[in-house]
Amino acid sequence: MSYKGLPASLEAIRRVREDPHRLGHRAHAPGEPIEGAGHGTTGPASKRIIVGYGFWIFLLSDIVIFSCFFAAFAVQRNATAGGPTMAEIVEIDRLAWQTALLLLSSYACMLGFAATQVRNRLWTQVFLAITGLLGLGFLLLEMQEFIELAERGFTPQRSGMLTAFFGLVGLHGVHVGVGGLWLGTMMAQVQVKGFRREIVHRLICFNLFWHALDIVWIGIFTIVYLIPSIP
Amino acid sequence: MFGKLDWSAIPFSQPLPLITSFVLILIVIGLLILVTVKKWWPYLWHEWITSVDHKRIGVMYCLLGILMLIRGFADAIMMRTQQAVAIESAGYLTPEHYNQIFTAHGTIMILFGAMPLVLGFMNYLVPLQLGVRDVAFPTFNSVGFWLTASGALLVNVSLFIGEFARTGWLPYPPLSETTYTPGVGVDYYLWAVQISGIGTLITGINIVTTILKMRCRGMSYLRMPVFCWTALASCLLIVATFPILTAALAMLTLDRYADWNYFTNTAGGNPMMFVNLVWAWGHPEVYILVLPAFGIFSEIFSTFSGKPLFGYRSMVAATLFICIVSMLVWLHHFFTMGAGPAVNTFFGISSSIIAVGTGVKIYNWIFTMYGGRVRFEVPMLWSLGFIFTFIIGGLTGVLLAVPPADFLTHNSMFLVAHFHNVIVGGVVFALFAGLEYWFPKVFGFGLHPTWGKAAFWCAFVGFWVTFAPLYVLGLLGMTRRLQHINIPEWGPWLYVSLAGVGILILGVISQLTQLVVSIRDRDKLRDVTGDPWDGRSLEWATPSPPPFFNFAVMPNVEGEEAYWGIKLRAVETQQLAPEPKYEAIEMPLHSSVGFFTAFFTSVFGFAMVWHIWWMAILALVLAFAGFVVFAWRDKHEFEVPAEEVARVDRARRMAREAFLARLGEQGAVP
Repeated sequence: MSYKGLPASLEAIRRVREDPHRLGHRAHAPGEPIEGAGHGTTGPASKRIIVGYGFWIFLLSDIVIFSCFFAAFAVQRNATAGGPTMAEIVEIDRLAWQTALLLLSSYACMLGFAATQVRNRLWTQVFLAITGLLGLGFLLLEMQEFIELAERGFTPQRSGMLTAFFGLVGLHGVHVGVGGLWLGTMMAQVQVKGFRREIVHRLICFNLFWHALDIVWIGIFTIVYLIPSIP
Repeated sequence: MFGKLDWSAIPFSQPLPLITSFVLILIVIGLLILVTVKKWWPYLWHEWITSVDHKRIGVMYCLLGILMLIRGFADAIMMRTQQAVAIESAGYLTPEHYNQIFTAHGTIMILFGAMPLVLGFMNYLVPLQLGVRDVAFPTFNSVGFWLTASGALLVNVSLFIGEFARTGWLPYPPLSETTYTPGVGVDYYLWAVQISGIGTLITGINIVTTILKMRCRGMSYLRMPVFCWTALASCLLIVATFPILTAALAMLTLDRYADWNYFTNTAGGNPMMFVNLVWAWGHPEVYILVLPAFGIFSEIFSTFSGKPLFGYRSMVAATLFICIVSMLVWLHHFFTMGAGPAVNTFFGISSSIIAVGTGVKIYNWIFTMYGGRVRFEVPMLWSLGFIFTFIIGGLTGVLLAVPPADFLTHNSMFLVAHFHNVIVGGVVFALFAGLEYWFPKVFGFGLHPTWGKAAFWCAFVGFWVTFAPLYVLGLLGMTRRLQHINIPEWGPWLYVSLAGVGILILGVISQLTQLVVSIRDRDKLRDVTGDPWDGRSLEWATPSPPPFFNFAVMPNVEGEEAYWGIKLRAVETQQLAPEPKYEAIEMPLHSSVGFFTAFFTSVFGFAMVWHIWWMAILALVLAFAGFVVFAWRDKHEFEVPAEEVARVDRARRMAREAFLARLGEQGAVP
């Protein structure tokens, strides 16, 4: 029998070197597995990834809450009980202003995070302040809308439709308000503590939260205001 | 000043709740005095109340769950007694009181008994089984636990101040609206469940993140123990469905507090919307409880059969199948409420199909035992009792899933027997099996087996004697929640059921005796090696109880059943792997933010129940302030020096080496 070497053994040793945990495959891309990405091969993810990931999951659960209020609106949209219909209470002008303010605040928020990425405290604070002011403007317009409706006697107690309307839009408003409180706290933290690791993590979460509120608003804008206002 | 709260809220005219609450208050005061006299406060505060260690939080969850199980069981005893004595008479409980008792029984057993125990198991075990040192968000974990405890506190406060809901454990409107239930009972329910639900959501997010992003090296998905898979599925369900409960309860709260019209039967409200929303949470909730229970059984069957779990991958697939399909069956809770044949057919079929996933699991457990060397230890007894009980419960469930059959048995005692059959037989048996199985790991000494066997047999026999008659009664036409009974022919069955409760009481006494006896004999029952059952997953690689950092060196997993391979190698070669190089470890600092948040949230809930607005606002502001103070903290972690890590791990290695030497001397190694 002629000597043919040890091809299978050498192949096995090479494989084990490439795949020390015998997962049957290498990490997702050729080359080195990414440290701290949280894939099975490399151990726990970095704190930054864990925090962001957990917050994403929280956001998903928050969106489930919103979806229940959307569902309630869909169910009760025509339950006017002799009161006003949606078409009678929509004011497109204010709606346009509200949407513009909220979308711009998201843009400012994103610019603020760009400043955070280069650890520029002044511009971070400036853009966060703009974010907050635009959010405040949005909330003031929303309050004006609610007060005007109440003055016309269109309160949530009037009908199922108004209940669902105030519930959904109000829930979003409460989120914006809580976000504003969070934003103020974050600005104070950035000012006093600077860009420490956990503060940057919190800023990432705040950004995600603020953008998610924008997405929800687009849903409200379309489903609650625009579609029912089409005659 | 104090809203609706005045002296009439204390039930002076009702001796039963009054005496119970005085006894409870005396016990609590007695415990507080004991802790003060013995100077245990610093220990309790630093080691438990402010602890962010997932193991401590897990133990506290389980303790809360066990206390509430006993509370709920007391309600059950009262209900079964009432029905047995109130045959053509009024019995000893007024309708108002009886209705509060069955509402409290359901709410407490599911949300404050079973849930905390399940969350406790997940908290304790998941990081250990994944080979990591903590959960993803240790401090939030503590917040979540204390919020759950805060909800439980509110439910129990209602015993003494005011009343609890009389609407059943899911407060269906319009009955639960202010028009028909003006008292504070439903408000207690709403705030207690809302607060604890937020706690549960936090834990759900935490465990999902932990499992998906924090496994040790080499622990790929298909190497995770099945308990971790079931914990993942259960927590995914928590994240997906607890928000629905939050939303539904928030809507009912708005209806009750501000006269809105979500669920009213006037002005365009829609009561069916509540029923749909609440069951869209309520049915997955059943699987949130039972999936981790399946995980516990999987661990036990494979350990005590001495074999790897049969069909591991099919078990994972079945778990995820149940996880998804469980969200598509909620309407079977109200087939009779007018959805129409097409909708009923869809949900009837989906409800039957979910039994396929469960069937796969049952066969896997049976085949795990097949050809194995089965050891009939106490955890295994509970598991075998589970297979028998749960199959019957599953079969009656498939029966109820058929809409025409459901029209006959809906809201009857047959239904009551069915869901106790699956929840007691599935979840509670699993929790007791798990307590027996992991107790030595948690406390360093095992539980006394004889008393454990007595507890199992009493519970198993008692369960069937209690609930088999209820199946018969349901088929005879008895509806659920009857305060008194006008048909004397039902009497004998109700007496048998009451006798069954007597046997169950013996079971509870055996469990408590077992605990006391085991604590007394702890030196004899000591678990020296950390692996008392010949286990297969990573938690058995740690000493019992595990050090607060779990693993001195993060494990490196090279196959399924991470610990089994390591152990076999050690036994065969008669030595442990060479001593690793120890390094310092970063661990999270303890924090009181969870306790303070929950304290202020309890005050908030109480103030909202009684419409004490200033107190509610103050409590919210203080809870927020607590978070800001926490966020201002400069140090979040502390370092465990390498010498300390080495000291702890060398002790573990010494114990195991001594054990290996003993095995060698006995000539046990082939």
